[in-house]
Amino acid sequence: MANASDPQAAISAAAAPAGPLTTADGKPLAWSLARSQARAKRRAFLLVLPLLAFILITFVVPIGQMLQRSFYNDGFSANMPEISQWFAENPRGTEPDDAAWTALANDLLASAEARSIGVVGTRINYDVPGTRSLFTSTGRKVRRGIEPPYREALLEMDEEWGDPRIWSAMREASQPVTSNFYLAAVDRTRADDGSIEQVEPRQRIYVMLFMRTFWLSALITVLTFLLGFPVAHLLATLPMRKSNLLMILVLLPFWTSLLVRTTSWMVLLQQQGVINDILVWMGVIGGGQRLQMIYNQTGTIIAMTHILLPFMILPLYSVMRTINPSYVRAARSLGATSWTAFRRIYFPQTLPGLGAGALLVFILAVGYYITPALVGGSSGQLISNMIALHMTDTLNWSMAAALAALLLGSVLLLYWLYDKLVGVDNLKLG
Amino acid sequence: MALPTYASPLERVWHYTYLVICGLIFFFLIAPIVVIIPLSFNTEPYFTFTEKMLSLDPEGYSMRWYDSLLTFGMTAPDGPRDAGWWADAWANAKWVKAAKNSIIIGFFSTLLATVLGTLAALGLSRPEMPFRRPIMAILISPMIVPLIITATGMFFFYSNPCELLGLVGLPTNCGRLAGTYPGVILAHATLGIPFVIITVTATLVGFDQSLNRAAASLGANPRTTFFRVTMPLILPGVISGALFAFVTSFDEVVAVLFIAGPEQQTIPRQMWNGIREQISPAILAVATLLVLFSIALLTTVELLRRRSERIRGVTPQ
Repeated sequence: MANASDPQAAISAAAAPAGPLTTADGKPLAWSLARSQARAKRRAFLLVLPLLAFILITFVVPIGQMLQRSFYNDGFSANMPEISQWFAENPRGTEPDDAAWTALANDLLASAEARSIGVVGTRINYDVPGTRSLFTSTGRKVRRGIEPPYREALLEMDEEWGDPRIWSAMREASQPVTSNFYLAAVDRTRADDGSIEQVEPRQRIYVMLFMRTFWLSALITVLTFLLGFPVAHLLATLPMRKSNLLMILVLLPFWTSLLVRTTSWMVLLQQQGVINDILVWMGVIGGGQRLQMIYNQTGTIIAMTHILLPFMILPLYSVMRTINPSYVRAARSLGATSWTAFRRIYFPQTLPGLGAGALLVFILAVGYYITPALVGGSSGQLISNMIALHMTDTLNWSMAAALAALLLGSVLLLYWLYDKLVGVDNLKLG
Repeated sequence: MALPTYASPLERVWHYTYLVICGLIFFFLIAPIVVIIPLSFNTEPYFTFTEKMLSLDPEGYSMRWYDSLLTFGMTAPDGPRDAGWWADAWANAKWVKAAKNSIIIGFFSTLLATVLGTLAALGLSRPEMPFRRPIMAILISPMIVPLIITATGMFFFYSNPCELLGLVGLPTNCGRLAGTYPGVILAHATLGIPFVIITVTATLVGFDQSLNRAAASLGANPRTTFFRVTMPLILPGVISGALFAFVTSFDEVVAVLFIAGPEQQTIPRQMWNGIREQISPAILAVATLLVLFSIALLTTVELLRRRSERIRGVTPQ
């Protein structure tokens, strides 16, 4: 009797039924929950899947395919199988014997008949400039007929075949997988004995170009910071109505076409342009000493600073908006000068915005192509312009891919850093 | 920023210096864009203000460069301006052709980027989304990777898109995408997607998920919930994302340089030619039109942003 009316016992009996908790339709609750969570996960993922597949196919795969060219080039090895075989069997430094000359002559004949001799010549031409015609002209002669002894016959057609540099280049090209393009991208080459050495000082261009790209990007980042900080601060401390109006002055350049902004700078900075005219009119410089401000590094720096400035101002502004002004006031009331209050209290709070802006500007600057190409002249070209040159003019696609791989590597490293420090989901536009 | 009443004279001087510095920086930002507008009305083929322009003489100004935008490339530019002349301009003028291409490519790439991007943003904003961060990083990367690398990659891929099918033994020859409209549209959609993702996910941050649950509990199926509840609320964000994607396509030149054929010349491509070969004030006339266009877009985006904040109850401080 006492037991039946004991409320404690009744509650514990209701709260702990026999067996595991179940849902209304009798399935175990834990199982049911796990299933519904898995379904929610799957649904969310299915929404993202089409885009992910799209980006993978039209963006990630093409870039991967392109980068493959930086270490894989079978232009020689696939079309010249016999001589490639001979290189594989004989170690570096072996003088070409009769077997080698026979293999070479056979391959040249086969390749000329298959009309792939141009590809072969192009591949060797990358390493020894000016040799493409050696292959194509010998190919034509070989098709007219060639008799043993092949060594003498080939040397008769063109004595360049005796050049050890050609043989060394052919040995390098006989392996489809090669690190030579990466070596070339850091101004290194493989000597005849296989050791790695620097190229001649006259040909050392790529390392210098990488250094210039990083140095100019750093300089532009600093300049955008120096120009962007005061403006962002002003926008963040003005009342909303005024700052919204001034914000238009920042957003309009941001929305204006890149080519339009680059064109404007060409118009302004030209020797017969507006700035030089004003300077002459003011008497700062004489009519004969107009400044050369474009088609050199100055042009690249000025135009890129202008173009990238909004990318610094916007993140700085959004962080500065959230800074509570009473901290600075408190510092002042405790006796700090305005400079100390700024340096010790205000500035450290802007660092997240500064980091986000600086990383974004640097990442974008490192890969810039259009602006340097149009206003940079020869001293203002960046690594992207060299990649474009190899793609469209020299047609050394493997070299372009190796340079692209190095550039992409550094950009992805910075992007990873950005993700760690700022988070990609905190990227904001306007 | 108001100057406090206790400011010392030195601080006052600094404060006004600071305002002047800010003014100069604003001038640096905006002057290059504004200066080309009067120059585009120059009578002379120069890139600087002539005497006549400075004295505001009407003879110093003309519409000849705007006119040359229409006549350049026409078969009979000097004829009387009747219906036949206009038809000729519509069919043959190079800048008109470029504008048509830009709009067609921009429209379809925006459509593709917006549909795929909005769907993905909806998924990414759900709390149960697995691998959220790495996937987000991949989807944003077209904005980060240097354009020249993207363009070279696309150059090879689009000249034979099926090359990789050879790895699984399928035929590798299925035509080219390079030099076709679909090719350029796909490339521009890829480049526009990060902007859609960023704007739409930002809109969804303030989105109250219980509204969806409320709709579901009242008997709406997922489709109805999406079109009647979610979509109207995130629409401003979707439209600004679409505008960003459109501008990206409208302004893009590197991918066009590498994968477009002569039939797909866009306005930026035509400008690129003009700037590299022989820069004439006609370029400034195009630039002026583009500046007006970006002012219109900026205004639209700002209005949408305010509307979106109002709908979501986020009031500006």
